[in-house]
This record gives sequence, C-alpha cells and structure tokens, in this order.
Amino acid sequence: MFRYVRRNPSLAVGIVLLTLLALFIVIGNLTVDTELARPLSVRALQPPSWEHPFGTDRQGRDLLAAMVAGTPLTLKIGFIAGFLGVGIGTVLAFVAGYYRGMTDTVIRGIADIGLTVPGLLVLIVIAVSVRGGLTVNEMAIIVASLAWLNPTRTIRAQVLTLRERGYVEVARLNGMSGPEIILREMMPNLLPYLAATLVSAVSAAILASIGLEVLGLGPLESPTLGMTLYWINFNAAILNGWWWWWVAPIVIILIVFLGLFFLTVGLDEIANPRLRQSA
Amino acid sequence: MQLAYIARRFGVFLLIVWLAASLNFFLPKLSGQDPVRTKLLESAQLGGYVHAGLEDMVKEYDQRFGLDKPLWQQYLTYLRATMRLDFNYSIANYPRTVREMVGEAVPWTVGLLGTTTLLSFGIGTLLGALLAWPGAPRWMRWLMPPLWALHAIPFFLLGLILMYLLAFQVPLLPIFGGYSAGASPTLSLGFVWDVVSHALLPALSIVLVATGGWALGMRGMMVTTMGEDYVTFADAKGLKSATIFMRYCLRNAILPQTTALALALGQILSGAVLVEVIFGYPGIGALLFQAIQENDFFLIQGIVFTVIVALGLATLILDVVYPWLDPRISYRRGD
Repeated sequence: MFRYVRRNPSLAVGIVLLTLLALFIVIGNLTVDTELARPLSVRALQPPSWEHPFGTDRQGRDLLAAMVAGTPLTLKIGFIAGFLGVGIGTVLAFVAGYYRGMTDTVIRGIADIGLTVPGLLVLIVIAVSVRGGLTVNEMAIIVASLAWLNPTRTIRAQVLTLRERGYVEVARLNGMSGPEIILREMMPNLLPYLAATLVSAVSAAILASIGLEVLGLGPLESPTLGMTLYWINFNAAILNGWWWWWVAPIVIILIVFLGLFFLTVGLDEIANPRLRQSA
Repeated sequence: MQLAYIARRFGVFLLIVWLAASLNFFLPKLSGQDPVRTKLLESAQLGGYVHAGLEDMVKEYDQRFGLDKPLWQQYLTYLRATMRLDFNYSIANYPRTVREMVGEAVPWTVGLLGTTTLLSFGIGTLLGALLAWPGAPRWMRWLMPPLWALHAIPFFLLGLILMYLLAFQVPLLPIFGGYSAGASPTLSLGFVWDVVSHALLPALSIVLVATGGWALGMRGMMVTTMGEDYVTFADAKGLKSATIFMRYCLRNAILPQTTALALALGQILSGAVLVEVIFGYPGIGALLFQAIQENDFFLIQGIVFTVIVALGLATLILDVVYPWLDPRISYRRGD
C-alpha cells in the first residue's frame, strides 16, 4: 500500500492535504467553541491574537470558529451533491450505455446539451425561484440538480468500452440478465473509475456552491466558506487591508480544491494504468 | 453530407435556445407561486420613488402573460417575447429595459472572455505540446507542478490573491471597475490604456488558471499521439523533428483539444462571472450580481437567456469549423 502511494505522488499529495483538512475540522470541533461563529459574539475586526488566532470579522464572528464550523458545511454540500450526482449519473450511464437504443440517444442528448449550458446560470435561476433563504441541505439539492450531467457522460463512455469486452460477452452467453451483468461484471471493474468521478464531482459541486454563495444566493445564516467569501467581497476586506479575514478561508478553499484535484489524478492513475507511463 | 452535419448542429442550437426560454418560464412556476409577481408587489408595497414604474410593470406583466389565460397560451406569449429579445423593464432600474442593460454589459464580457480564452487556449496548447516533446528545453519541466496547482484553483480565488498582491500591496494596477471614474470614453490612447489596465487583473486571473488546464490536456493528448505508429514511421523516414512535431503530432493532438474547448465554454463563463463580481468589472457577471442583489427577476432572466444563447452560438461556430480542422469528421455519421 505505502509502496504504491510512493509511486503515485498525486494520490499521496491529495491524501495528505485532505487528512490535514480532516484533522483541522476534528481537532477544531473538539477545542474551539463554534458558538463564536455567530455574529456579534466577539469584538469586530480584530487582527489575529492569542485569543482569536484567525482574527475576527466585521460582524463580530471569531474567524477560527467560523472556519471550524463552516468547512464541514461546505464539504457536506459537496458530498451530498457529489454522491447524488454520481449515483444518478451511474444509473443513467448504465441504462444508456448498456441498453443503447432510443434511451441512449435521449440521455446522451440531454447530457451533451446540458453540459454546453453554463451550469452556474441555471443554478442561479433555480436558487432565485426558490423562495426565501436556503438551508445548507437545500443548497446541496440544488447543486445536485446539475451534478449528474458530467458523470453520466464520462461513465457512459466507459460503459461503452466495457460492454464489448470478452468477459461481458461470456456472461451474456451464459444467460446472465442485464442487471446482473451490470452489477456483477461491469460495476466491480468500474469502481476505481467511479471513485475518481465521485471525487471530481464533489469538487465541482463545492465550486458551484461557492459560486452561488459568492453571488449572495447561499444560506445567509450559515458560516460556510462561500458565505465568508461573500462577506469579504461585500465589505471589500481586501481594499480595507483586513488581510486576516480572507487569508484563512482562501487557504482552506485552496487545500480543499488542491486536495480533491490531486486525489482525482491519483485515482485516475489507478483506474487507467496506462497513464502511468506518461506521468 | 456536409450540409446535413451543419443542419443537425443548427438544430441543436435551436433546441438550446428553446430550452433556455422554457427554463426561464417554467422554473419560477415550479415553486408553486409566482415570484416575479410577489417581488413586484413587495417592492410596490415598499413604495417610494419607483412606484409609478412598478404599477406600469405589474399591469404590463399581467397583460402580457395574461394570467387569466391557460398556461400554454402564457407560454407561447413568453416564447414570442423572448424571440424578440424582449425581457420587459428592469424591476430595479425602471424605465431602463433589460435588453438595453444587457446590451451595455455584453461587449465587456465578450472582450474579456474572448481575449483570455484565445490567449489561454493558444498558450496552453503550445505549452502542453512542448511539455510532452522530448526535444523541448529542460527548464520547461519545472513548469509542470505550478501549472497543475494553478489549474485546480477557481478563477476568482486567484483573482482575490492577485488583487491583494498587485493592486493592494504593490499598487501597480487598478483594482475595480472597467475604467477610471473620471475618464471619458473617447477613442484616445489614454482611455484605451485605461480600459486595458483595468482588464489586466481579471484577465490575468483567468489566463493563469485556464492555461494550466489546456496545457495539461494537450500534454496528455500529445503523449498518446507520439506513441502512434505513424509518428514512429515518420521518424524512421528521417523527417525533420520540427515537421514531426508540427504536422504529425500537434496537428492530430489539437483535435480533441478543440472539442474540449467547445465543452469548456460554459464552465469558463461560470468562472468568469465570479471574476467580474470580485473586480466589479462592468460585464455580464457584475450585472448579474447587481440583479441578484436587487431581486431584479426580469434582468436575471434576460442575462441567463442571453448568455446561454451566446454560448450555444459559440459552440455552433466551433462545431461548424471543426470539420475543416478534421476532414475525417464529415465522412462519419452519428457522433
């Protein structure tokens, strides 16, 4: 295991970054009072000090507490939307790729057209149409409404190649039913690929949720990373020289995206060993 | 054959236009109430200086969509208005129309996005090709890790960092807007420089990130292409290295790269919207942000429709140009 990780540096970098992030959340939740992430709980706009290691923002929130409370929320949106997206995408991809025919044409057509449309804009219309403030879970569902497009497209392409393999042919001649072949023969072979797709779907979902939040369509009450960015932009924190306000969320978001990206690359390499020669 | 191909792509484009309009019409209805009407009435109750305009708007809205008429008739009316690019007045900026406001913002975004996409695609593709080429200079290998890392970052996040470094710490570049507050839009050298310098930071944050993506994609494609038998054969024939690079490898590897460009346009635009918001760049993104802040539903609908159609058009153009890049495509049907 460790030997393999050494040969696959991307995977190692991804795992290390995400482990650091997990440690930050776990230790933070054990030691930091997340109640301080509510507005007006500490003095506003304090630079970092022993008492407030990350400083405080203009609404009087302790930024360390906001990061500890908010990072899991952002990840939660990403995971819910990513899992839903890949789940729906996998089902559609197998139905389309294995059975072909009219269903395939329709599913592929929808996915192809859906992908040329800028997702963020569609999500904006959905978010604006839903009345009132959103909760974190509603955010996740909204983001998931488009998160299946990309998985459907990429997994379908994989299913198409798997379908022609010898062992699938043999299973078919042995009288295995379609669902059985999909579950017992094709699925296990696609697992590494599905894992890589899942990680990149989670990353895309987080990006979409942060995008909505920066535009002011997020859960206003929650201290998610994107909402923190919204307040930073809203209060022009950079122009005002309140550097501590934006350093922490940006570093954490960087770690999230870099960690997920390198994990995807590493998993891709497991899924497709031919990539190894080119690395 | 060629004509059928173009006709099919055009059909897809029409489908996108129709979908975008239907999206605007049906999504607000799905939530059970009519948010447009609620918002109009809400702002009417708040009263104040735009009151007169609002009443006009509610009347026009009622009349136009004939809320007493059946749904399908409302839908047809809406489609007809959308085809004329008529999105009603802006709720928050009466008596300005949505079309007028979107029209002002579009050139900024087209300029910013057109330039940055062409630049990053061009540089990235060439860079990626060189990165895979054994004959490339040694130092280029050092470019890989930063390209990878940059590629994973959202545009606007890099924008924030650049803003701090190049506009706040070292005040080299203007930080906000499309041109200086006092500048008068004339065709003088000074004003052009003013506009360019305001665009530099937003452009840089897009180009730096996007170039990495194109370079990585191209490098992967080049590695595959260089393993092909015809490249080995060309090498064995003793062709010049530069010829093999340009005519054999690059020429073939660029094809999937162009397909990727057509697919990535939507994503690039989504990212650029946020960059514009961060930098207050007066394009579509900043206008959208303003519309969301002001609950200006008509403006949001107008922007969403315009952008989806514009991107559909860009994809159509790429699709039509593609057979010219790849002569094989027109002989093949289906995909």
